[in-house]
Amino acid sequence: MTTFIELLLGGLSIGAVYALIALGFVVIFKATEVVNFAHASLLLAGGYVTAVLHDDIGFWPALAAGIAGAAAVGSAVEFLVIRRYRGSDHSVLAIVTIGVDILLTTELTRRMGTEVFSLGDPWGDRVLTVGGVTLAQTRVAAFVAAALLITVFLLAFRFTSWGVSMRAAAENPRTAALMGIRLGRVSLAAWAIAGALAAVAALFLTVFPTPGLERATSLAALKAFPAAILGGLDSTTGALAGGLIVGVTESLATGYQSDLSFLGRGIGDLAPYLVMVIVLLIRPAGLLGTKEPARV
Amino acid sequence: MPTLEIRALSAAYGPVRSLRDIDLDVPPGAITAVLGGNGAGKTTLLRALSRTLRFHGGTATGTVRFDGHPLERLRPDRIVAAGIVQVPEGRQVFARMTVADNLRAGALGAPGGRRAAAEALDRVHELFPVLARRAHQSAGLLSGGEQQMLAMGRALMARPRLLLLDEPSLGLAPLMAQRIADTVREINASGTSVLLVEQNAAIALRLATTAYVLEVGEVTLHGPADELAASDEVRRRYLGVVDEAAAADADRAAGTAVRALSRWSA
Repeated sequence: MTTFIELLLGGLSIGAVYALIALGFVVIFKATEVVNFAHASLLLAGGYVTAVLHDDIGFWPALAAGIAGAAAVGSAVEFLVIRRYRGSDHSVLAIVTIGVDILLTTELTRRMGTEVFSLGDPWGDRVLTVGGVTLAQTRVAAFVAAALLITVFLLAFRFTSWGVSMRAAAENPRTAALMGIRLGRVSLAAWAIAGALAAVAALFLTVFPTPGLERATSLAALKAFPAAILGGLDSTTGALAGGLIVGVTESLATGYQSDLSFLGRGIGDLAPYLVMVIVLLIRPAGLLGTKEPARV
Repeated sequence: MPTLEIRALSAAYGPVRSLRDIDLDVPPGAITAVLGGNGAGKTTLLRALSRTLRFHGGTATGTVRFDGHPLERLRPDRIVAAGIVQVPEGRQVFARMTVADNLRAGALGAPGGRRAAAEALDRVHELFPVLARRAHQSAGLLSGGEQQMLAMGRALMARPRLLLLDEPSLGLAPLMAQRIADTVREINASGTSVLLVEQNAAIALRLATTAYVLEVGEVTLHGPADELAASDEVRRRYLGVVDEAAAADADRAAGTAVRALSRWSA
């Protein structure tokens, strides 16, 4: 039972981090209708900036720099690539983002080499024990930080003028433009926010018990894709649900791997994708996504 | 001097010309109507004025002046800030947002802060009390007439000096169309100039002081609305009024070709 609770809590924590990434992914999709395959490289960029700077300027300023850096990279992608595209076929842009991802990831992994970077977080490998349940402090921090950021984001999305313009532009960009909403600005903000959220996620994907920031970190970031898709590509709350489902599934499947040995090893890595396929077979638009044929 | 002065405005979607050398004036404080059938270029004209043609794959040439200031190079948000706001055809409310958020979205492009937006909201609620009652409902659940009110209210949130209305009576029951027409008159009475694009010529000519008839992208007739309403051509083509003598003349002129047509319903 203790194992189960530990696995569940660990899963929720990592799931919240996936939700952060998926949220950025969904925000970009909503604002620009672009499926951003370069998301993992935004995350890597944010993590790299933090990793390089923390020795010199301390952890918190380095984290802030990482967040700003990833936001800047996201904005640059929007400004230099997405905005220049004059066509109307957004699947073309999705493929362009694959190219952007390859470029960014190649450059970053070239700089990183085979090294494993620490991000210099203050939690280290300390653990928290409550009633026999042991949890790494980093996992607690991850959950709290992700929950906080997601709450702030959703409140802003719901109540601020920025949120109103974001939702209006997502629902009907042409009409939003008629209201004087600047679509370019909305799209730029979406990419910047997605980058910033990804940089925070980079921190929590690389802290204890994972060894640190390395090439493979972008693979971990990829798990946010099934999270976003199974939640519904155009739903912010769906991204949340998807992230948690993926995190918990992965954690439980990895934890009980020995009991599932008939499935072979590595089921933990596969489980999120299995869940995604099953969910999509039952609900093609994802758990909370919009079903296409709307009332007219 | 007219509030809005359009000279030699042409527009095209790729190789397809949609507007040809349009000259059109909207005098201050008046309702000006543009009539025409499907494909006449009415919506294109409004898109060119709001500078959103490029979102639909179109381009425009010619000059447009608003109070003497040229508009043809501005971004859509600058047009709104200058005081020209459009109510698009088919209402286009943000269906997944609440009525209140739709109205908020309408105020985003306007100059002036919270105070101005609050005043505009009061005014909109006064014009359309139903929007106050339904403030927290999602806009997609409103009836067609209520959605038209919301679309107009949303545009008024930007406190326009010139309101562009694209077929406000489209798809509405006659009674509701009449209510919308009354509201247009009321909005105009409070000082907002209106450019009204309509297929429903009867309503448009009753509201407007001057009117233009657009056919395949060109202005074919224009003049005071009451004169147009009295002209045979407009009566026959747009008001569906058949002048017996004129119809008989036309029949004779067309000879047997017309008689060869039989009615579909026996």
